[in-house]
Amino acid sequence: MFKRRKNRGDEAVPDRGKREEFEASVLPHLGAAYNLARWLTRNDHDAQDVVQESCLRAYKFFGGFRGGDGRFWFLTIVRNTCYTWIQQNRPRELVDSLDAAANVQSDAPGPEAEFIKSADRNLVTKALEELPLEFREILVLREMEGMSYKEISDISGIPMGTVMSRLARARKRLQESLTLKSVMETK
Amino acid sequence: MSCEQNQELINAYVDGELDLVHSLDLERHLRDCQACSKSHAGLLALRAAVQGVYQEAPADLQKHVVSALRKDQKSEARTIAVPWRSVAFASSIALLVLLSWGAYRILSGPSSDEMLAHEVVSSHIRSLMSDHLTDVPSSDQHTVKPWFNGKLDFSPPVIDLDDHDFTLVGGRLDYVSDRPVAALVYQRRMHMVNLFIWPSTDKSSDADQVSTFQGYNTVYWKQSDMNCWAVSDLNMDELREFTKLLKTRSSR
Repeated sequence: MFKRRKNRGDEAVPDRGKREEFEASVLPHLGAAYNLARWLTRNDHDAQDVVQESCLRAYKFFGGFRGGDGRFWFLTIVRNTCYTWIQQNRPRELVDSLDAAANVQSDAPGPEAEFIKSADRNLVTKALEELPLEFREILVLREMEGMSYKEISDISGIPMGTVMSRLARARKRLQESLTLKSVMETK
Repeated sequence: MSCEQNQELINAYVDGELDLVHSLDLERHLRDCQACSKSHAGLLALRAAVQGVYQEAPADLQKHVVSALRKDQKSEARTIAVPWRSVAFASSIALLVLLSWGAYRILSGPSSDEMLAHEVVSSHIRSLMSDHLTDVPSSDQHTVKPWFNGKLDFSPPVIDLDDHDFTLVGGRLDYVSDRPVAALVYQRRMHMVNLFIWPSTDKSSDADQVSTFQGYNTVYWKQSDMNCWAVSDLNMDELREFTKLLKTRSSR
């Protein structure tokens, strides 16, 4: 009886150490992970699934994590897991995203700051949700997570120049959509 | 300063990505130009609006995640810790697996290869679709090959075929068959060729396998213990020419 318990204890120690270390570096970023997954999948339930799946993946790859920015490391995994999920469940979105994103032309100045400030939360949520995937992604990474252009370039695998122009187009598009939505609402 | 060209600068300024000299220039301009200062204020307001719709995680998410982790770990531990006494049992399972694998091979033929062909074709399409053809754009094999150092646990052969009208465009990391792989990109006329490479685990050497999916041609072969998959919308003859060239070059 005693022997058996001792054996079990010996086995569990290194695993528990790894898990504690993992939980300390990853769990603080669950909020950011959920927010990103929620905006990419556009759905609470799927976002939770993706975050859970990302954690299991991250745990498997944790050996390859060399310390440093745990948040960035984990969000990269969440982002990739989201894309796998989208590919499996909403493959059209990857194509539509590309078409739609090519479609921003206007160089006209955006709406007034006062106007944007007056837009309510539901309106902003709706406008952001309707953006093409890659615009939504870049806005979440930049505006909500405060990532630098370099980090965005690394996480989504696009050149820095593309980060700049995509971000500018995404903002323009969101502003336009906000304007349109509130005009329709007041009518 | 043209105000239309300023839009990207203002974006970069708002993001703190503009160097000091340009920042000072722009700040001066923002004081003088009403249109630009308006779009600057607009971007700040937009940021606040986007931050305002941050989605908070449900309170029990962490609990679910932690319990999923523990469950996963337990099942892993269980599979690793096979009790000594069940060696006989394990070997009978092994025999069963072996038999059913044989039956599977006979019944389903080349379906795992088919799946792999599907996978590389999807990767090929994705690389063209998502504006992410290369991580290291270069036609120089001596730039592309070392780029993979530290990113993969193997060094892929990078072969220059420019004299045969297959121009090296660059290299990229990709993920195929549950592992990171090297993707080399070549171009002939308007056609892109993705060449996926990763180490092969079994030493047997099969003949080249060709297939066609969704209008894309694929050729699979093994060379110096590497799995090689070439995918392109090029016609099969030219794609075969490509693979033949690679083989003769690498054996030199």
